[in-house]
Amino acid sequence: MNENIEQDSGFRAPIGRRKFLALSGGGIAAAILAACSKSDSATTDTTATAETTAPATGITGGGGADGTIKIGYVSPATGPLAAFASADAFIFEGIKTFLADGLRVGGKSYKVEILSEDSESDPTKAAAKAGKLITEDGIDLMLVGNTPDTTNPVSDQCEANGVPCISSIAPWQAWFIGRGGKPGETTFNWTYHFFWGLEDIIPQFISMWSSLDTNKSVGGLFPNDGDGNVWGDTTVGFPPAVTAAGFTLTDPGRYENLNQDFTAQIAAFKKAKAEIITGVVIPPDFPTFWKQAKQQGFVPKAASIGKALLFPESIQALGKDGIGLSSEVWWSPNHPYSSSLTGASAKEVADAYTASSGAQWTQPIGFAHALFEVAIAALVAAGSTDKTAVRDAIKTMKIDTIVGTVDFTSGPIPNVAKTALCGGQWREADTPTGYDLVIVDNSLNPGVPTGGTIEPITA
Amino acid sequence: MNWFNAIIQGVLVGGLYAMYATGLSVSFGVMRLVNLAHGDLAVGSAFIASTFCLATGLSPFLAIFVVLPLSALVGIGLQVAVFNRVVGVDPSYQIVATFGLSIAIQNVLLQQYAANPRALNIGEFGNRSLKLVGDDVVIGLFPLSRFVVAVLVLVLLSLFIGRTRIGRAFRATSDDPDIARLMGVNIRSIYAVAFAIAVTTVALAGIFNGMQTQFSAADGPALLIYAFESVIIGGLGSLWGTLCGGIILGIAQTIGAEIDPGWKQLIGHLVFLIVLLVRPMGIFGKDELR
Repeated sequence: MNENIEQDSGFRAPIGRRKFLALSGGGIAAAILAACSKSDSATTDTTATAETTAPATGITGGGGADGTIKIGYVSPATGPLAAFASADAFIFEGIKTFLADGLRVGGKSYKVEILSEDSESDPTKAAAKAGKLITEDGIDLMLVGNTPDTTNPVSDQCEANGVPCISSIAPWQAWFIGRGGKPGETTFNWTYHFFWGLEDIIPQFISMWSSLDTNKSVGGLFPNDGDGNVWGDTTVGFPPAVTAAGFTLTDPGRYENLNQDFTAQIAAFKKAKAEIITGVVIPPDFPTFWKQAKQQGFVPKAASIGKALLFPESIQALGKDGIGLSSEVWWSPNHPYSSSLTGASAKEVADAYTASSGAQWTQPIGFAHALFEVAIAALVAAGSTDKTAVRDAIKTMKIDTIVGTVDFTSGPIPNVAKTALCGGQWREADTPTGYDLVIVDNSLNPGVPTGGTIEPITA
Repeated sequence: MNWFNAIIQGVLVGGLYAMYATGLSVSFGVMRLVNLAHGDLAVGSAFIASTFCLATGLSPFLAIFVVLPLSALVGIGLQVAVFNRVVGVDPSYQIVATFGLSIAIQNVLLQQYAANPRALNIGEFGNRSLKLVGDDVVIGLFPLSRFVVAVLVLVLLSLFIGRTRIGRAFRATSDDPDIARLMGVNIRSIYAVAFAIAVTTVALAGIFNGMQTQFSAADGPALLIYAFESVIIGGLGSLWGTLCGGIILGIAQTIGAEIDPGWKQLIGHLVFLIVLLVRPMGIFGKDELR
């Protein structure tokens, strides 16, 4: 896995080291990367870096180390989910450079090690790797993100072993209910999650559709998988909410992923004269549907799709057919937030990522950074590395991060903090892929500037 | 009208399944090799085609002419380096070898191309169609061309196997490798040609799949199941059976989906199981390559 991390963060951009450090608060430390690729668990010693940025918050530094804090991190570096984790190496470098002089916790200075493990996009392996980090490496704190297939098994391991765990990048219902939690009844003792939920994405999509002149007929593409079953659920999913907002929803039924033919769905949408399409579709299935829809003369005015349209490469693969498709936006370079650690703004971090990797910004970047913000704030607030103290610090945490305010004191349930969503539409742009996700609806998060208003898809 | 359209789309999808299945049918027919890396070879070819298109700016249809000769070489190389060692011995060696190849290909692709999906962009052609009855019954130009190519490949292959000297050696080897060897057939080179054909046809299928949808490094195994089902429905080792198997599977799925999208796979698998129960050798199956 480490070879991948190294490859993903290839240093191609002609940007000066100092300038880059100042931009991102992150460092390109080739020595560290080299060290990364030597050991299986990517353990690196932050004190290996000679240079560092000036501490922005006064929580770093402090001379000799009094001990070591180990932060575990499990992510899908390889496998089908790897696009989520492609910025991990970049994020690690930023954090390592920031903590190069150590972290001051309770008057002592600690060396911080990030131990990252590859889940290979497999829930079983994710659990095994989490177990290894907990029992063999003796981590003090676990961080995990990137879809329920990663967050849930890792969180379960931490819960069982009494290790504090902070997770993100999975709708909170998928994380909480997906692990057997019942809102109002279950409380997890060691595992905490910040992200948005279904109650956010549904009104976000509806808000975008309401800005368009349509007949309010919506077609739903809900596959027979964890996400599709929740989105299409007739009590908590899209159907009741969409109907309540004055739209009609045509749901032809669950279909299996990696579908080669969407004729039945297209026929049903045509019959209902649907002008809007929504759903949670895996990336390879959407182009199949979209091309077949065009062949069969079906072009809706709006297509707001979860999952398939997250990454710019997916839109690039669709080519011009991708213009006008819409999706939820959890984080973007235009979000008016900055890192509580380095002070770098969302735009600065995204630009630094592009400069270091040559790749376009993706939404997980902000959240991966925010995981470390919450973790370090929790350690500092706890004033010790005692697991219970750290856990209690997370429980009462309220912090402004690069993804906005993360507030565990006012979540929908005790273990969850929520971040706000915006609506975005893919447009042609001067970016590495030629397309960019432009924020066109900020009704749920008015602080984020919009880059335009939603426009109907043209055939 | 919906039903009629569903059947037409089913036939067209069947062309893709048949194209996938042809290589399996050949490699099983000639050397009794069940290649679990079949789908990964398809994805790998699509990536190579994508690299070619990005580098030259040419159409993916032209990439076919570059990728197919390469695939033939890859096929010969794999047969010589790997599969000659496992053909004709305990089948479990084959499974381990091809499964290992599958994992190796996936990880090489991941290293080389990262995890992001790619597609082979055929532009407006992918959206065009012949409208038979308004927008209700349509034949997409791209699915149609895919179907035609699948049939063409099968015609060429059956001519090759039926009319040429190597084709006769194919059939002889398929019937009884030991006797064929006694008659002076170089079994190993026959196997190499067979595997070259298998990889070439699946490369074609991978490229056509990449023109329709997106592919990423780990997608290979998912493409394998329909290919297997097409081969089994049609009859192991029967080329025309493979085409029929693909079409039957395609129609069963689209009709199932018309009843309820959730039934699509179910009906497809049910047809497969019924064929296995009623005619285990497949509809066109004999124990030989026809």
